[in-house]
Amino acid sequence: MPVEIIISQIFNGLSLSSILLMIALGLSITFGIMGVINFAHGEFLMIGAYTAFILQRFFHGQDSGYYFLLSLPLAFFVSAFIGLIVERSIIRFLYGRPFEGMLATWGLSLVLQQAARNIFGANNVEVSSPAWLNGGIEFIKGVQLPYNRLFIIAIAVICIIGMYIYIYTSSSGRRMRAVMQNRDMAACMGIKTRRVDSVTFAIGCGLAGIAGSVVSLLGSIGPSTGQNYIIDAFMVVVLGGVGNLSGTIAGAIMIGAVSPFFEFVTTSSMGKVIVFALVIAFLQWRPSGLFALKTRALD
Amino acid sequence: MLSVNGISSAYGESIILRDVHLEVGNGQVVALMGRNGVGKTTLLKTIMGLIRPVQGNILYDSKDITGLSPEMRAINGIGYVPQGRDIFPHLTVQENLLLGLEARGKKADIPEGIFELFPALKNLLARKGGDLSGGQQQQLAIARALITEPKLLIMDEPTEGIQPSIVYEIENAIRFIKEQGNVSILLVEQFMEFALRLSDYCYIMEKGSIVFNGAVGDLSREEIRNHLTI
Repeated sequence: MPVEIIISQIFNGLSLSSILLMIALGLSITFGIMGVINFAHGEFLMIGAYTAFILQRFFHGQDSGYYFLLSLPLAFFVSAFIGLIVERSIIRFLYGRPFEGMLATWGLSLVLQQAARNIFGANNVEVSSPAWLNGGIEFIKGVQLPYNRLFIIAIAVICIIGMYIYIYTSSSGRRMRAVMQNRDMAACMGIKTRRVDSVTFAIGCGLAGIAGSVVSLLGSIGPSTGQNYIIDAFMVVVLGGVGNLSGTIAGAIMIGAVSPFFEFVTTSSMGKVIVFALVIAFLQWRPSGLFALKTRALD
Repeated sequence: MLSVNGISSAYGESIILRDVHLEVGNGQVVALMGRNGVGKTTLLKTIMGLIRPVQGNILYDSKDITGLSPEMRAINGIGYVPQGRDIFPHLTVQENLLLGLEARGKKADIPEGIFELFPALKNLLARKGGDLSGGQQQQLAIARALITEPKLLIMDEPTEGIQPSIVYEIENAIRFIKEQGNVSILLVEQFMEFALRLSDYCYIMEKGSIVFNGAVGDLSREEIRNHLTI
C-alpha cells in the first residue's frame, strides 16, 4: 500500500476519532453518573447538526461563512437545553434501571428522529462548508490534509481540554465526580445530586451537539445522522472503560484509527465486522476496558 | 437537638428497626451500642435520610425532618461519618475535604483548625483518598464531616479496624469537639470503653429495639457488658 494512502487513512481516522470522542464523552459520563445508557444520544448530535443548518439558512447569502463558528456554541446550548428537558421529564425516572433506560431512550430516539422528519423533511439537507475551510495543506507530496478535517480535530481537542478543566478543576466538576463515585455519600455531604445529574446530562448532550455541527462539514445531514455514529461511540465507551476520560480518549483514537483502515483493505461492512470482533475479543481479556480504575480496596 | 420517635425501618420485607426512641440533647455525646446486626447502622442511615422509615418521625432542632432528603439534612447541619468511611476514592484528600464545604453554602476555604486536630492529613493533601490507610481514611472522614460545621455529628464505628495510636488520636479529637460544646454527637460504637469514656448518655440496642438506656455516670459497666457480650 502506498505511503500516501496510509497517511491519509490515518488522518481521516483521526478526524473520525474526534467526532466519536465528542459523542462518547457524553455517553460515558451519563452512564458513569446515572447508570443510564442513553440510546437517544445520537439524536442530540442530529439536533446539533440541524442547528448548524438553521443558522446557515438564517445567514443565507453571507459568503464569508464565519457564522459557522457561531453554530458551535449554539449547537451546544440547543442540544444541552433539549437534553435538560429530556432529563427532567424522562431520564430521571430511570436511574439505575439500565434495561428500562435502554428501552425508553431507544423510544425517545425514534421520537426525535420522527420529529426531525416532520420538521425538516425526510430528505437529507446540505450545510455548505464555509469558504475558509475549503482546500487543505499539502503534508507531503500527494497527501492533502483538508482544512475541514483539521478543524474537526482542533474542535475535539478544545472540547477535551475544556472537559478536563471542568471536571478536574471546577467545584461543579468535583461534585460530579463525587456523585459518580458514591452517590449516597455525596448526598450526605450536602451535594444536590439531582441537580448534578441534570447538569451532567445536559453537558453530555451539548458535546454531542457540537459533534453534530462539525459532522455537517463532512456531508449532508438528515434525521438518521445520529444513528451513523452512535454504535461506534458505544464501542468507544466500552473499550475505554465507562466513566473514564482518558479511557474514552484512547478508545476513540483506537476505533477511529482502525476502522477506516479495515474498511479500506476489505469492504465497508466487513471492516466494521472486523472491528467489532476485535473489540469483543479485547473485552474477553479485559472486561472493564482499557483503563479500569484501580485503587486500594475499600472496606 | 435530635429526637427519634417511634421509628421503624425495613429493607423490603424484612423489618430492621422496631419502634425506636432516642434523644440527643444540645452539646451532648450519646453512645449507641449493641452487637453486630442489631440495626445501629440502619438507625443512623434513617436519621441521615438514606433510608425512609416505615413509621415514626425524626425531629431535629424541633423541626420534623422525616421527609427531607439527605442533602437538605446535611445543609441543615447534620454531619455524617459513615461506617467504612466512604471516602471518595478517586478524589484527592484535599478534594474530599473541599466537599465538606458544600453543605455550608457560602464560599470558604478549608479551615486551618482541621490540621491541628488531624496533623497527619496536612502531608497527604495531594494523595488519592482511596490510597490512604484505614486509619488515615477515618481521620479524613471525621475531618470532612467537621468542615461542614455540623450542629449534630453522627459517627458510625470510628474505631473499627484501626490501630490503637490512631484510635487515641480520634478519641482526643472527639473530646476536643465535645469540649467546644456547640456540636452534639451521636456515636455508634462496639468498643465499649472508648464509647463510655466519651459519652454522657448511652443506649443499647438488641434486635432492632432499644433495650437499655441511661446516663453513663449511673450505669454499672457490668450491666452494659452483659448486653454486649455474646
